[in-house]
Amino acid sequence: MKFTLSWLKDHLDTEASLADICDRLTMIGLEVESVDDRAVFAPFVIARILSAGQHPDADRLKLLSVDAGPKVNDGKPLQIVCGAPNAREGLVGVLALPGTYVPGIDTTLSVGKIRGVESFGMMCSERELELSEAHEGIIDLPSDAPVGTRYADYAGLIDPVIEINLTPNHPDATGVSGIARDLAASGLGRLKTTEPARIEGEGDVGVALAVTSKTCLGFALRRVSGVANGSSPEWLQKRLKAIGLRPINALVDITNYITFDRGRPLHVFDAAKVAGALQVRDAAAGETILALDNRDYTLPAGTCVIADDNGVESIAGIMGGEHSGCDETTTEVLIESALWEPLDIARSGRSLGIITDARYRFERGVDPAFMESGLDLATEMVLDLCGGTPSTRIVAGVKPHHPKEIRLPFGEFERLTGLASTPDEQERILSVLGFVPHREGEALVCTVPSWRPDVEGKADLVEEVMRLKGVNEIKPAPLPAHSAVNGRILTTAQSRDRTARRALAARGMVECVSYSFVSQAEAEAFGGGSPALKLANPISADLSDMRPSLLPGLIAAAGRNAARGYGDTALFEVAATYLTDTPDGQKRVAGGVRRGSAGPDGPGRFWSGTAPAVTVFDAKADVFAVLEAVGFPADKLMIEAPASDWYHPGRSGRIKLGPKVVIAEFGEFHPKVLKTLDVLGPLCGFEVFLDKVPEPKKKATRTKPVLTLSLFQPVRRDFAFVVDETVEAGRIVRAAEGADKALVKDVRVFDVFAGASLGDAKKSVAIEVTLAPAERTLTDEELEAVSAKIIAGVQKATGAILRG
Amino acid sequence: MSDTDALESELLAAIEAAGDEAALETIRIAELGKKGRISEMMKGLGKMSPEERKTAGPRLNGLRDAVQGAITTKREALADKAIAARLAAERVDVTLPVRQAAAARGRIHPISQVIDEITAIFADMGFSIAEGPDVETDHYNFTALNFPEGHPAREMHDTFFLAPDDKGERKVLRTHTSPVQIRTMEAQKPPIRIVIPGKTYRQDSDATHTPMFHQLEGLVVDTTSNIANMKWVLEEFCKTFFEVPQLNMRFRPSFFPFTEPSLEVDIQCDRSGAEVRFGEGTDWMEILGCGMVHPNVLRGVGLDPDVYQGFAWGMGIDRIAMLKYGMPDLRAFFDADIRWLDHYGFRPLDMPTLFGGLST
Repeated sequence: MKFTLSWLKDHLDTEASLADICDRLTMIGLEVESVDDRAVFAPFVIARILSAGQHPDADRLKLLSVDAGPKVNDGKPLQIVCGAPNAREGLVGVLALPGTYVPGIDTTLSVGKIRGVESFGMMCSERELELSEAHEGIIDLPSDAPVGTRYADYAGLIDPVIEINLTPNHPDATGVSGIARDLAASGLGRLKTTEPARIEGEGDVGVALAVTSKTCLGFALRRVSGVANGSSPEWLQKRLKAIGLRPINALVDITNYITFDRGRPLHVFDAAKVAGALQVRDAAAGETILALDNRDYTLPAGTCVIADDNGVESIAGIMGGEHSGCDETTTEVLIESALWEPLDIARSGRSLGIITDARYRFERGVDPAFMESGLDLATEMVLDLCGGTPSTRIVAGVKPHHPKEIRLPFGEFERLTGLASTPDEQERILSVLGFVPHREGEALVCTVPSWRPDVEGKADLVEEVMRLKGVNEIKPAPLPAHSAVNGRILTTAQSRDRTARRALAARGMVECVSYSFVSQAEAEAFGGGSPALKLANPISADLSDMRPSLLPGLIAAAGRNAARGYGDTALFEVAATYLTDTPDGQKRVAGGVRRGSAGPDGPGRFWSGTAPAVTVFDAKADVFAVLEAVGFPADKLMIEAPASDWYHPGRSGRIKLGPKVVIAEFGEFHPKVLKTLDVLGPLCGFEVFLDKVPEPKKKATRTKPVLTLSLFQPVRRDFAFVVDETVEAGRIVRAAEGADKALVKDVRVFDVFAGASLGDAKKSVAIEVTLAPAERTLTDEELEAVSAKIIAGVQKATGAILRG
Repeated sequence: MSDTDALESELLAAIEAAGDEAALETIRIAELGKKGRISEMMKGLGKMSPEERKTAGPRLNGLRDAVQGAITTKREALADKAIAARLAAERVDVTLPVRQAAAARGRIHPISQVIDEITAIFADMGFSIAEGPDVETDHYNFTALNFPEGHPAREMHDTFFLAPDDKGERKVLRTHTSPVQIRTMEAQKPPIRIVIPGKTYRQDSDATHTPMFHQLEGLVVDTTSNIANMKWVLEEFCKTFFEVPQLNMRFRPSFFPFTEPSLEVDIQCDRSGAEVRFGEGTDWMEILGCGMVHPNVLRGVGLDPDVYQGFAWGMGIDRIAMLKYGMPDLRAFFDADIRWLDHYGFRPLDMPTLFGGLST
């Protein structure tokens, strides 16, 4: 919402400065977005051309001697070179001196030489001042214009433009008069807006009116006959231009002016172009209109329109039609001042995609009590500016407005704000805002003014009192503490997110935050792409589906970095994935990828040893680190190969808790998936499904289990087994561990190799078993016995043969 | 000079001249071994008369001890020399670089770090962390928050919609974290003190808007909390978060459908230089929106607004991160450019705490 200072002062009697007015607007909830104080015009002075001779070296240039008054150049004439055809002796125009910024040419003037002759300034055209497009010649003022004074003062250009950021409530502030009322209520002046005089008029409107649409809450119509519709007067044009509107003709300008002056949109029809009765009705499907913006619209069924025998003439509350619009030939005008159901206007405007000043106001709620006054105000302006004689009015379809009454207990203000306010003070503030309060017991019962449809309850009244009394009056007061020492506040899940992040970062990985949406192809490549998780209005085609996995985003990120020359990256993210569109379909996941040689020891070539390409085991180590960090060591869990389809079928695995619950997956990726994502390896990655990690058991105390230290040294024994190539090392380890649970403390695979010497499709797996006797040192016999048990156990589980 | 003296000089010279352990051992065996020269001479003592032995005994013992001592000393000297030679051979160039520690390479994203900072502050004020789903129903995202169907306020949120389901209802990506207010109030009776950090989505994209961003919601509901308390909480938070001793904040009336009265809050700052400085300057920068929970919202979750009251606020996590740490462009937060993450990210052991300082 824009307006100028002088416009505001039409409604508000105040001595306050521009800065004070702006501060106050912001502090009462009408946030000032920008102020253009028009200072750019200040340096231009009115000057008279004393003589206009020929430039010695240019046919089309003149050499002027210009008088800019006693203050400029000690009253002596200035020499100025000018190319304007209308520059002549005696012309009074507008002069820019060296050092002046000229907005129309975006240049700060200096003393210049034009074709060898010095010029001490510039006589300006309207376009150079950005006043209009006129550039045929320099500004030609009446000969009595005061030479030597500021042109801006003479022309009234210094009228600051204020723009406020209107919130969706406060429809009253969509008009300058409403803004003035708020300022006056805040004590910044006296409201001087006058009610328009009622104009009765004579004779019939001459057009029948039928209202059938439920969207119409009231419709007032009048004809003014014999108007002359030329340009509107300069003061009106100036105001419209200042707020960014283009003057069109007097009748249209009047409706625009009242829209901004009073927040009261109007429409004018050229009566000569209206055929038959005006019908306020709902559009049938497929009806069309060429609107005033020169675009054709096909109206959705049920859009409220004003139509005649020719068809739709205007979209109610939103925009008029080109056909019956007023132009300079108009002599008979129909003025419409109507009231529309806000939600219907909002819906129609949204589905048509039309944003207008009228829609903006109607969908927020226009003052129902000002409908007929608006008609009278418009009539008065039409009579003033265009002449003519008014008819009587037709008022139809009026749904009565029932003013709301709200009970505001005296203590409510203090209850909500913490600041005391006397009943008298509350009554005074509400009264100046137009509320009509009276006392009933310990409360004010307030009738809400017709222009405040947003005020619904006592909390709204508290806000009104608060914003006018001043928010600054409320002093901060501590929120009482619930307990002396605040305990733990994070849930296990929240805590695990944090721990997983720090654990992965501590392994040299870098956390990213990527968009929750991916492309359809990416979603499908990772088991997603269900229609329920597709955005109806994505920001772009590659951000169309809620991600089923963190991996596509991470792999794409690694690819982008590689394309920038950073091929060795280790990236991770701890965030949500989306399996369904319900709250329990959103999962917490810690995922990561390593690319190139970005293993845990650091990437790239190095004098002490070049880092190898990343493999499935780097990803597996990351998974184990996360599980360990969140308090759920994975070394006793089942590992199954392969992982999901997007992983390499021979180089991936999943960690399971029982037969069904998958806690994590890891591995290298399937080449087809990398091709879909257009990213090259080597790449490995993982996801830990943090929701699936069981909650730790609740413990009665924090005491740790008793530590028993054995007095006897552990004994280590090595065994090498030859097995079929398909036998998993994990099974050998488990068999060895199970051979004697009391003695076997640790089993470590220290060598794996395959070679011709072992036979076809065979491999050797060597393990080191640590035996920890608890009661006494093992005898040779006992050692032999446990070794035999280990060999037998592994043999039974895997068909292994001990190598000799 | 006696024979033994001459012998002693000779042997000591030979020991001194021995070049290695082997030469030394040869001398030892030749002189002090079982059949060594000195040993043989010692054996001769038994055949001497007591008188002779009186003088020869000490002389021979002296000789033996001197040779024995010289050998030991020389052996140590040789060992030292050998160690010195080995050490010299083992020398390496210690200016060669070492691999950077993994924890030095890793980074925490600024959003995670700032959420940890926020958590530390609000934990101290007795708040818990609440969460809710990103994919929301229209009811939780709008209707329950007093956004009437078709109201222009809904248009302020450029909402992402999902495809409509069988019943024609379409889910939305939450446009703010406020739906979690409703979910929390439905699940828990007052007193409530929660903050809700989370992802939010709007269909918008430029230097200061991305289709996904992060918000911090706060909610206090009990029977007494008012705007004065809200001002205190927000002022204390901002001062602590931005780690400045003084901060001027401006509360001004505004509008949000789910609060009444509603306020917006600006922070006074100096934006004339390359970085934003708080607590000085003449600019006001908008930082958050807040207000008293709207009676309709309370009623909607079954709380009597004449008994229960409270306040709520919302602010952009990415925005306060940018203000505090100086990132110029929001889009870079979500681009995963390793150079940006390395520069603006935090080290894994930089844990924000109040006792150790939020940032270091």
